[in-house]
Amino acid sequence: MARGERDNGSARRARIMMQVTFIVPVVILALFVLTAIFAPVIAPHLPTKTSMPHRLLPPFFVEGGSTAYLLGTDLVGRDILSRVLYGARISLSVSLLVIFITGAVGTIVGIIAGYMGGTTDTIIMRTTDASLAIPQILIALLLAVTLGPSFKTIVLALSILGWAPYARLIRGEALRLREADFVAQARIIGSSSLRTMIVHIFPNVVNPLIVIATMMVGLVILMEAALSYLGAGIPPTTPSWGGMVSDGRNLIDRAWWISFFPGLAIGLVVLSGNFLGDWIRDKLDPRLRQL
Amino acid sequence: MLMRTATSTEEDITNIKKQLGLDKSPPEQYWIFVRSLTRGDLGKSLTKRRPVTEMMGEALPKSLELGLSSFAVSMLASLLLGVLAARKRDGLLDNGVKFLAILGQAMPGFWVGIVAIFIFSVYWPLFPAGGTGSLACFVLPVFTLSFYLLPGMMRLIRSSMLDVLDTEYIKLARIKGLSERVVIWKHALRNALIAPLTTAGILFANLIAGEVIIETVFNWPGVGRLTVEGLVARDFPLVQGVTLMLAGLVLLVNLLVDVLYAYVDPQIRYQRS
Repeated sequence: MARGERDNGSARRARIMMQVTFIVPVVILALFVLTAIFAPVIAPHLPTKTSMPHRLLPPFFVEGGSTAYLLGTDLVGRDILSRVLYGARISLSVSLLVIFITGAVGTIVGIIAGYMGGTTDTIIMRTTDASLAIPQILIALLLAVTLGPSFKTIVLALSILGWAPYARLIRGEALRLREADFVAQARIIGSSSLRTMIVHIFPNVVNPLIVIATMMVGLVILMEAALSYLGAGIPPTTPSWGGMVSDGRNLIDRAWWISFFPGLAIGLVVLSGNFLGDWIRDKLDPRLRQL
Repeated sequence: MLMRTATSTEEDITNIKKQLGLDKSPPEQYWIFVRSLTRGDLGKSLTKRRPVTEMMGEALPKSLELGLSSFAVSMLASLLLGVLAARKRDGLLDNGVKFLAILGQAMPGFWVGIVAIFIFSVYWPLFPAGGTGSLACFVLPVFTLSFYLLPGMMRLIRSSMLDVLDTEYIKLARIKGLSERVVIWKHALRNALIAPLTTAGILFANLIAGEVIIETVFNWPGVGRLTVEGLVARDFPLVQGVTLMLAGLVLLVNLLVDVLYAYVDPQIRYQRS
């Protein structure tokens, strides 16, 4: 009896933890999305408006700070808070687009490799392995420089190798599903390969796809920030979190807030994304634990 | 085209084109590139007017110093933490390690570096924020790069260790009456290291990415910063050279890992023959 009670207690604690690790990240991510959409409404200042009299103001809680600029200002007097709010737009749009593209490509390629098998599988999987071994940041930097930094370039740069993890996972699933009875039955009643892949395999890989896509949100945001930090991302006039951290690098001895707050925003959003990814994985597909 | 300014005349442009060999057709240019490559000549940097190979020769040892020491630090730390965490699953230490991994994975490396500079070099001036002169200069960059590499390694070792601790031969070792220390650090660890080895190639790609970012943060005169400088200045011969070298290194490391894998795990050798 005592044992049963203890199990009950720890099970309840685990359930509460489960809810906390779901609610907190969801709230943060919802705030992030809302901020990105309504940035022009919420932001107290224009993110690009410079104001020389208000250069390098500290945040309001530090001596000398003003409540007009809650998180302080940068070297040319732009409001950090407004820029962080606007920066959410870049992170959100880049990550959504990249995840959509890489997810679609990876799923298609993965299903084909797993279902077809043989030489097709070998070729696709070797390409996938090669893509995983190349430092993504290097390719992204090269592209950004040859094509010029822009929104399109950064999406392309992050997508060009980003499909590989999806392909690897989905291929494994497709390989397993190919042997399933319902697939054999579909084949027997005359379903073509294409039809089998779309109608029978695809719906069964949606769960792992959702899991890995959520887990990728953080990674993509981090990569975008890193590229913007290196000056190969979003052009500097548009506020982006990575670019802002970079703006503050050489002023760190005088104005720590320029780099600190955008970095904190990146960390919070990525952390929430990762937690949500873990939560969704445990709910939908606990087999994927080692991801 | 990229170097054009408002004051450059047509004549200047033709001169520069000739100087850079851009007046020839692309196949000709490629042939010249390949021919000099076989002689170990990667051309001259456009901005520094020095041979690219010379610049890379200076930067590579610096990157290796930083990369190897960070790799060693993070490997040691992840071995220790990963094994200790796996020993008592869901214990206090395991949860702490998991939390550290989650945190490390969420914080951007360049931001960690800048915050580290603020805390340990501006607020408490303990270590220099840049340069390579003394041993103290290593502390912050190595810490940041290790922190960047640690979560991935630690997770791998922990999960691999958990798998191994579940096997029959570990049970046998325990039944034999071996001490827990010998079981964990000798029997289990040696076998737990095989699975993470397959991902060493990806780890190396990760290390290169980390070097690029962290060298830029700390003004470390290595290959990573050379790449970024070349890219920002559109110094094509330099970028070409560095990319070629890094691609070669990635290939080499992956090959080494494959060979090492067969050497470490006899099962793979038997499978093939």
